[in-house]
Amino acid sequence: MNELSKYGALGLMVCGALLLAGCERPPMDSEQTGFRGTGIVEINNPRLAGEPDAIPAALPPAPAGGPPAGSVYQNVQVLGDLSVAEFTRLMTAMTSWVSPEQGCNYCHIPTNLASDDIYTKVVSRRMLQMTQHINSSWSSHVGNTGVTCYTCHRGLNVPAQIWTVDPGPKSVRGDFAGWRDGQNIAAPAAAYASLPYDAFDRFLTNTGDAGIRVNAATALPTGSTTRDIKDTEWTYSLMMHMSEGLGVNCTYCHNSRAFADWEQSSPVRVTAYHGINMVQDLNVDYLDPLASALPEHRRGVLGDAPKANCATCHQGLPKPLGGAQMAADYPALGSAP
Amino acid sequence: MAEYQSIYTRLQVRPPVEPGVPVETGVFTRQGEPFFSYLAGKVGDAQIGPIYLGTLGVASLVCGFIAIEIIGLNMWASVNWDPIEFVRQLFWLALEPPAAKYGLSIPPLNEGGWWIWAGFFLTAAIILWWIKMYTRARALGLGTHTAWAFAAAIWLYLVLGLIRPVLMGSWAEAVPFGVFPHLDWTAAFSIRYGNLFYNPFHMLSIAFLYGSVLLFAMHGATILAVNRFGGDRELEQIVDRGTASERAALFWRWTMGFNATMESIHRWAWWFAVLTPLTGGIGILLTGTVVDNWFLWGVKHGIAPMYPLEGVADPATMSGGTP
Repeated sequence: MNELSKYGALGLMVCGALLLAGCERPPMDSEQTGFRGTGIVEINNPRLAGEPDAIPAALPPAPAGGPPAGSVYQNVQVLGDLSVAEFTRLMTAMTSWVSPEQGCNYCHIPTNLASDDIYTKVVSRRMLQMTQHINSSWSSHVGNTGVTCYTCHRGLNVPAQIWTVDPGPKSVRGDFAGWRDGQNIAAPAAAYASLPYDAFDRFLTNTGDAGIRVNAATALPTGSTTRDIKDTEWTYSLMMHMSEGLGVNCTYCHNSRAFADWEQSSPVRVTAYHGINMVQDLNVDYLDPLASALPEHRRGVLGDAPKANCATCHQGLPKPLGGAQMAADYPALGSAP
Repeated sequence: MAEYQSIYTRLQVRPPVEPGVPVETGVFTRQGEPFFSYLAGKVGDAQIGPIYLGTLGVASLVCGFIAIEIIGLNMWASVNWDPIEFVRQLFWLALEPPAAKYGLSIPPLNEGGWWIWAGFFLTAAIILWWIKMYTRARALGLGTHTAWAFAAAIWLYLVLGLIRPVLMGSWAEAVPFGVFPHLDWTAAFSIRYGNLFYNPFHMLSIAFLYGSVLLFAMHGATILAVNRFGGDRELEQIVDRGTASERAALFWRWTMGFNATMESIHRWAWWFAVLTPLTGGIGILLTGTVVDNWFLWGVKHGIAPMYPLEGVADPATMSGGTP
């Protein structure tokens, strides 16, 4: 073997190693979830599963009876019907879920617990209403499991996975060249694809038909859809987020030979459908209107309030917190306002 | 047989450089002093140059340069002229075609106008290069097979970027200029039009593509295998069939009952290669213009097998809003 061949072989080996460096080593766990031969399988890396997050233990039940909190404390607008003991129990739990380091004073002024002067108290009141709304009105998505503050917060003041409107990199001389059309940069929101980087703003900030569906309903053109390929890329971007946010493949919900066809889809696609509707509802009614209550540093670059998407709760799992039944221990979070 | 007589030789013969037949007078002549390259000799002819670009070649390169400049500078502008980001995100960057609202009109430069200009110059460069290829083949007294094979690829390119968008009435249907973006476009194209795998011309194109690969491997292997009998001198074997041809033919007749000939294998290969973009282009052309959802078309015509369904119903038809 001459020098040239040696260097060539070495170069090839280095290139090969570099190419493979981003891969996860086999074997993967493959679980068939649909009809045989259709490729409807879930592929998971058993070495990446790790230990599931520790779920905070439920606080001991409060003793029954006692006067309602609303008659003992002032300015209790949402949880006034709870007994003082249950009210205190829930406040204690919320503190451990949302502000374990700052404690009660993250929202309350110690000398006047009823005061709304700290913005976090106003926000947390609205978030309590949102939690109740989810548990009482969105069982189509959250089932009987429901949600608590911890589903999103996980011990953080602000949930780790939130979004604000992303106008893209600021253009210095954007009027002459360099038009991006809302895409074509590495977009974390779209799993680092070059797909549109702000599909959330397009699809998750209005209720009703956001235009996610792009396929024609007939074989031949009849004008049943006006969506074009660019629209499809926006939907694609949202789907990449759902896939990343839930840690699943396309085939978790879809039969990839006909993405649009419900009859060939997995039943969990219906759950996901209601999830999209739910997030739209939450963003419109609860999260976006909070912008005026939030200080500057909590808002996005365009001044909008942080909003929810699939990853806000799911955080990489098909069921948030692995489906832990936390809400059952706090029935106050489930009552409809 | 002396080792140097084979074109697969491990020896490199160094005759005086071959300047080629005289060029008819024009603006340009052959450029460059020819030289030998040992590395080039490893994979092909060791002689490099001279190069004849001619008027067409120069015009083509100029047009191509303009197109690449428009694309590249727009990409660079899209990261605010940051050289590091330009390199880092190069594969993600693109020059995007205009939005659907502009239809087939000429949009402002920075909303797709640049895309039209880039497309114009790139197309001009390709067409000029095609003409050059054709006239060079004619000047050398060759057939024009290479030019027509290139034309098949140009057909697919024109369908994607010009003919189909015009039929659809919107530049937005065309492909962006960019590495990942054009791949995303390809995936989105198939998804939007209900899965291209149910498009019979797409099927044909794939069959010809994979068929081309198979034929190439079969032919290459056959010739290498009979190289020791002079089989690498294919053209001579075509007109004066020798033992290499006989053995190669026998091999295939014994293994699959049929053999191509020294000449016909090249016609097989040419047609398979040419039919790949020809059929592919037809498939693209029919998508959106004639068929809006290939999966449903496949169901309609019985080419999409059915299996037990999950029985899930569209929730939008049962309750409230539609996302």
